[in-house]
Amino acid sequence: MAYIPIADQTDEMHDPQSFITKYIWSQDHKVIAIQYGGIAILVGLLALVLSVLMRLQLGFPDTFAFIDPADYYQYVTMHGMIMVVYLLTALFLGGFGNYLIPLQIGARDMVFPFLNMLSVWVYLLSVIILIASFFITGGPAGSGWTLYPPQAITEGTPGSDGGIILMLASLAVFIVAFTMGGLNYVTTVLQARTRGMTMMRMPLSVWGIFVATILGLFAFPALFVSAVMMFFDKMLGTSFFMPAMVSLGETLEHTGGSPVLFQHLFWFFGHPEVYIVALPAFGLVSDILSCHARKNIFGYRMMVWAIIAIGGLSFIVWAHHMYVSGMNPYFGFFFAFTTLIIAVPTAIKVYNWVLTLWEGNIRLTVPMLFACGFIFTFIHGGLTGIFLGNVTVDLPLSDTYFVIAHFHMVMGVSPVLVLFAALYHWYPKVTGKMFNVTLGKIHFWATFFGTYAIYLPMHYLGIMGLPRRYYTMGTTDFLPDSAQTLNANITLAAIWVALFQLIFVYNMITSLWKGKKADPNPWEATSLEWQTPDNPPCHGNWGAELPTVHRWAYEYSVPGVKADFVPQNMPAEDVETIDGTPYKGHDG
Amino acid sequence: MAFVVALVFLVIFSVGFHFWSPWWLTDIASNWGSIDNTILITFWVTGFVFVVLNGFMAYCIYKYRYDKNRKAVYEPENHKLEIWLTVFTAIGVAAMLAPGLVVWADFVTVPEDAHEVEVVGQQWKWSYRYPGADGVMGTAGNEYVSASNPLGVNPDDPFAQDDIVVEAKEMHLPLNEPVHILMRSKDVLHDYAVAQFRVKMDMVPGTVTYIWLEPTVAGRYDILCEEFCGLGHFVMRGTVVVEEREDYDAWLATQTTFAQTQAVAAGNAQAGQGTYAVCAACHGQNGEGNVALNSPKIAGQEDWYIRQQIEYYKLGARGTHPDDIYGAQMAPMAAILVNDQAINNVTAYIDTLPDVNAPETVIGNLAVGADLYQGKCSVCHGKEGQGRWGVHAPRLAGMTDWYLVRQLQNFKQGVRGTHPEDQLGYQMTHMVSALADDEAINDVVAYINTLQ
Repeated sequence: MAYIPIADQTDEMHDPQSFITKYIWSQDHKVIAIQYGGIAILVGLLALVLSVLMRLQLGFPDTFAFIDPADYYQYVTMHGMIMVVYLLTALFLGGFGNYLIPLQIGARDMVFPFLNMLSVWVYLLSVIILIASFFITGGPAGSGWTLYPPQAITEGTPGSDGGIILMLASLAVFIVAFTMGGLNYVTTVLQARTRGMTMMRMPLSVWGIFVATILGLFAFPALFVSAVMMFFDKMLGTSFFMPAMVSLGETLEHTGGSPVLFQHLFWFFGHPEVYIVALPAFGLVSDILSCHARKNIFGYRMMVWAIIAIGGLSFIVWAHHMYVSGMNPYFGFFFAFTTLIIAVPTAIKVYNWVLTLWEGNIRLTVPMLFACGFIFTFIHGGLTGIFLGNVTVDLPLSDTYFVIAHFHMVMGVSPVLVLFAALYHWYPKVTGKMFNVTLGKIHFWATFFGTYAIYLPMHYLGIMGLPRRYYTMGTTDFLPDSAQTLNANITLAAIWVALFQLIFVYNMITSLWKGKKADPNPWEATSLEWQTPDNPPCHGNWGAELPTVHRWAYEYSVPGVKADFVPQNMPAEDVETIDGTPYKGHDG
Repeated sequence: MAFVVALVFLVIFSVGFHFWSPWWLTDIASNWGSIDNTILITFWVTGFVFVVLNGFMAYCIYKYRYDKNRKAVYEPENHKLEIWLTVFTAIGVAAMLAPGLVVWADFVTVPEDAHEVEVVGQQWKWSYRYPGADGVMGTAGNEYVSASNPLGVNPDDPFAQDDIVVEAKEMHLPLNEPVHILMRSKDVLHDYAVAQFRVKMDMVPGTVTYIWLEPTVAGRYDILCEEFCGLGHFVMRGTVVVEEREDYDAWLATQTTFAQTQAVAAGNAQAGQGTYAVCAACHGQNGEGNVALNSPKIAGQEDWYIRQQIEYYKLGARGTHPDDIYGAQMAPMAAILVNDQAINNVTAYIDTLPDVNAPETVIGNLAVGADLYQGKCSVCHGKEGQGRWGVHAPRLAGMTDWYLVRQLQNFKQGVRGTHPEDQLGYQMTHMVSALADDEAINDVVAYINTLQ
């Protein structure tokens, strides 16, 4: 039998037959993306509520009788874990990865649709296991999201009975789901690109998601084994992470284990995890900036190599989370060096985003506002990362509010601003409707100013020495009363930000039927997903014939061309030029 | 346009906040001024980048705002510019990294003349050990830990015998002398941090970690645990006193050696019976307590707790607060017990008294109380209110409830637990902040009555 490339095979193995196969047990990447996104946003709203409860306690200690220390630490733990893993990872890769990869590379679907469907349902299972821990005796894990043993599994920590077991189980199940999805994304990018779609013509969104997925496939196993080993320590009495210790007066049977080993494993996962979230954000925001600035992304090849370099380096910087962990302090030299090297490709990305705006023709649409807001917050969060990555500077700042402020700027606010930018940007494609622009702008302004009001002052509380994970500070010799006043105001800002997210939810939901019918390519973008024959795209994406790609995805404002953008799949002879001479574009 | 104004405003606001807000590093009290310098260098470099990049972005968004008659400039790549930017970034990064690594090299190299001090962490308090007259710290490990040897000092090590054991919240350091602080943990991870010293390190069970520093300003500084260590993390606090050498020596001389802590003979109940006659006047023949005389039940209370409270009364750590009128009555009584042996004897006798549950007098909402108790109190005091020596938490169940109410109020009002010598009461002063008012106190005590 003659060889037929996957992209051209016409087997229609999983055409939806009924409501159930179309919307529930669907194997269509677009439906799966929406399922992933919906679950992630719902569980993220829960984590948002937890953060407000946490802030209430911190801003107004001795006020809320219903928040006791155990509750507080459980909020801290669940907020952190949900946001990092179950919201950000799932929404960027499961949500946007699923939606955009096939559409942007010109494929009909993922290469393993059944596995894809399985992935989302296993993800849901992991969320259910996690949420179940709220309803068991002792409540959910309260060990901090880093789950450091010994305390994570010894008696003095909230949720150290059932809560931590469900947490570990949920993480293991999540990793199974991620692996099923992740293998699929990587294979699809490598195998199912349409005619003409070379790797170096892929939009940066695909590049970011692709490299992030590879990172995930290497990093998550470290978390998986540490979860299994900790589970054994807890249930079978092994001593992987448990040294000889006297817990609350009782001598435990463990002996010889190393708590620092867990930290190495955890951060061998945990640091790449930062980039598993950041790289897709980098990719998505690059595409959004370029499109709304009506200008090609500046230094595309440099951007691709920066993504790859950051991905590679992210595996040799993990112990910068452990400068004061009690590991051999000489490691500090190596990890400070590698960590600060990573600042270089990251800075290049920032320069290129700003240089994309330079000499552009900038439309400040709602997605563009969020994308530019992201540049600001990411510059801020990236620069404070240099403090913590530089081993000496980390000494006074480690374990203080400075750390909280830094990672919320760089890993909380920044990726979330990209998520909002991306949700607004692709909303017309996903739903076929336009969102309400006024509400979108209100949402942006409230979120952008509000989050900065939360996190800018927090850095300075940390510089003073305010420690993180304190249920209440009480009186100290070195913190003035004004520190508590500031903390109370931070809480007010947090409540403000949380409330304005309701506007976003309202806008996303009501625009489904109230919104105007969207143009198939409302932003006049070049990449393939905007060129589908139907809006939103139907099952199979491309109708009878797959698109053919002629150029890169950033052909905006080409001199001599009438329109200010040239779609990737438009043949050169169809491009109308001003003086009628044949069009010759970049990479054409 | 609004966005450009917003960007400019945020940049100016951030810089202004940096220079004019009152929140900044605490006044340094150690030799690590070089760490402050690395922070300042980093602030200058990153601050410059922050202002320039955001300023440039604001300029671009203003200058190149949308105009339908204009086209963006088509410029896919500019290698020269990209290379220049990369080089400049690398120089900036190196300018921050190099001083950082130099200072770190200082930090990992302990001066040879540094004297050693050991800090031991446990849930949720600090203890300390000094090497004693021979200048050598004896070996220690969690396998040796017991109620009478709480730091786990190796009893067979000859170097350990003269080690000075400080089971207290407060440690002392001599001014202007480099100190090598060794750190151990008895249970989970902790982190020894003093904001004014700038340096900190985790304490890891099963291994010894260290920092070194030279205190340069006399004073009292808060020690905070800065690695999450379970429910009571936020109450794990201590004090470090930096003082002149002669004051330090004088303080050290008043502390007990490890050998002395092991030498006190076990209590003799018969010998204690005679002494108890004085106690019986208020606490009753059977130690059952007497509400009219404001004397709590002591029969059935944990012996280490009784011993410790008697010591506190003797030291003046309890019963000396002007508002503690009932405690003031106990203080002269405790003085009758002249030495540790006498205390041990009477405690041993109290141990033999019949333990009958005290009558219940407090009424409260049991459901609320159960939630409060199991959420806040049970980790230390036990799910059954039985008490736990490992965390120095006394028994509560079956004890006099009116007394518990009063003590909770005392902790809340700072009448108890605030004396600097009260090494364990301070934990309760933080914990009671979770009990909002008298009603919550009654609820939790009423629930404690239902235990056992």
